[in-house]
Amino acid sequence: MATATVPDRGWSRDTVETRVFGVLRVLMILFLLVITVFPFYYMVLLSLRPLDRVLQDPGALVLPPSEVNLDSYASVVAPPSAGGQGFLSFMANSAIVALGTVAVTLLIALPGAYAVSRLQFFGRRQISVLFLAVYLFPSILLAVPLFVFFTQIGLRGSLVGLLIVYVSQIVAVSIYMLRNYFDTVPVSLEEAAAIDGCSRLGILWRVSLPLAMPAIMANALFIFMIAWNEFLFALLFLIEERDRWTVSLGLSQLAGSIEIPTTVLMAGSVIITIPIIVVFFASERLLTEGLTAGAEKG
Amino acid sequence: MTAGAGVQPPGAPPAASARDRGSGRTLARADARAGLALISPTLVIVLVMVVLPILWTVLLAFQRLRLLNLRSAGLFGEFTLNNFDNVFSASSFWSALATTLAYSVLGTASAIGLGLLAALALRRPFRGRGLIRALMLLPYVAPIVAVTFAWTTMLNPQFGVTNHWGTRLLGWDEPIAFLSQRSSEVSILGWTFGVPTALLTVIAFEAWRSFPFAFLFLTARLQAVPATLEEAARVDGATITQRFRHILLPQLLPTVAVLAVLRFIWTFNSFDDIYLLTGGGAGTEVVAVSVFNALTARGDIGGAAAQALVLAAILAVLIGLYLWRLAPREEQS
Repeated sequence: MATATVPDRGWSRDTVETRVFGVLRVLMILFLLVITVFPFYYMVLLSLRPLDRVLQDPGALVLPPSEVNLDSYASVVAPPSAGGQGFLSFMANSAIVALGTVAVTLLIALPGAYAVSRLQFFGRRQISVLFLAVYLFPSILLAVPLFVFFTQIGLRGSLVGLLIVYVSQIVAVSIYMLRNYFDTVPVSLEEAAAIDGCSRLGILWRVSLPLAMPAIMANALFIFMIAWNEFLFALLFLIEERDRWTVSLGLSQLAGSIEIPTTVLMAGSVIITIPIIVVFFASERLLTEGLTAGAEKG
Repeated sequence: MTAGAGVQPPGAPPAASARDRGSGRTLARADARAGLALISPTLVIVLVMVVLPILWTVLLAFQRLRLLNLRSAGLFGEFTLNNFDNVFSASSFWSALATTLAYSVLGTASAIGLGLLAALALRRPFRGRGLIRALMLLPYVAPIVAVTFAWTTMLNPQFGVTNHWGTRLLGWDEPIAFLSQRSSEVSILGWTFGVPTALLTVIAFEAWRSFPFAFLFLTARLQAVPATLEEAARVDGATITQRFRHILLPQLLPTVAVLAVLRFIWTFNSFDDIYLLTGGGAGTEVVAVSVFNALTARGDIGGAAAQALVLAAILAVLIGLYLWRLAPREEQS
């Protein structure tokens, strides 16, 4: 009966919908591109313009080449003794904490993920549930006791304390992601190594880890991004120690002060975002596959 | 070495002797030992740094503990219900809770909605789609401090780009202080009503920040929908909206349900976004920000712990209700 009502001109409901949604789809893609990219474009734009030009003409959306000005970058990386904001030292602190977190987390999570994936031991299932719960746990609830605890043992204000907190919060997610990958490594390869006289640790080191290298790399980059971006615990632990501020903390603290020009802080934002964007594009395919590994099962 | 000695090749003849079975048990025991040994560092750090602190929060919430007398305080002080009494009798807590609920429900819904639209729009391949998909993820991976700073600058009433073009192109009478104005009057067709400006702005930020997460998962799920189903429906004359309603949506719903739970949990507890955008002012104080203020500004450890506990308990009840009421229905559909 539906076919009887379809006019020959081609204005059936199907044709109308196909055309309307064809247009809407293009508009939607453009809209999404604008909203995702614009804030980053604006960040770069402001960081390259001199402050007085920004205040005179705040609506400018393109940058004339004659206006390009790198003073903001020079000012934001210069140490405070030279009248700058010292972002280089913030970046060094963040790099130490982030790389340290990556190293320690992988050192702990790799054997753990292997064990959860391969070895039958007492309480394996309960441990998996515990790790999932940790992944979902609100960090604000942990903020209170950890703040008190690290104050009491005198580790608050040190980068080591921050690193320990980061590792403890990331290790569960890391195991979860790595385990999914170990599950895909064929057991027969490990058994072949075992027959050749390889021990458990030898198998892990010589067979499983090399095979899982792509996943390990992706995981390392993922951990790096989390640790580099983290804000709450950096704020709670390090706020009184300017020498140890991480990039996130440094930018947020300086953003509150009136004396520092917005363009300089925009340059700071660009500088702290660049490592993340580099890492992200280096690992994008690995990461998206890792994050959604279980999604197809719905 | 011990483990290697007992491994049988796969497909070993079923007529295994008693000796073989014995060594198999040893292997299982060795594996169990190795497994516990390999997992124990993780277990220790999670127990010490996550599980014990949570239990300790419970103790702290029942003590009158201040930052000033912290060094002299022991593990078990004098227990009291005062903190909870203060939390429940303060009107600020209830308004923070209402704000948290509005923020998480609307933030979660709009992030998933935007993610769904993005996943559908970018479903069919075209030149440059890979790059666009990668760009879509930028808001989610970029440092929160950098993007909130870009947003606060964009929305600044004096020199922000939004107000500059809003007053010129969109006919706004005066610049809107998006992040510091509690509410503003909006009149549409002669009907005037107040909207919570700052709250809606942080909700919009939340949608912008976390739609890529929903987009990623929904895209992965869309790829797993068999193409034959849609082709069959198209042959039968189903239009785009019908195919979406009756074929794609039922397939996507379980993923949407999981996303809703995850995003709700994270938004409900989120601290960074609102703290960095508004500092909790202009009617955007959520419970997480209020916990932080109690802890650092007032040094009221017991009060902060009590608020955090109440927050977690409410979250647990809400998630429990959701799973109990809604999850079974989705399995049937």
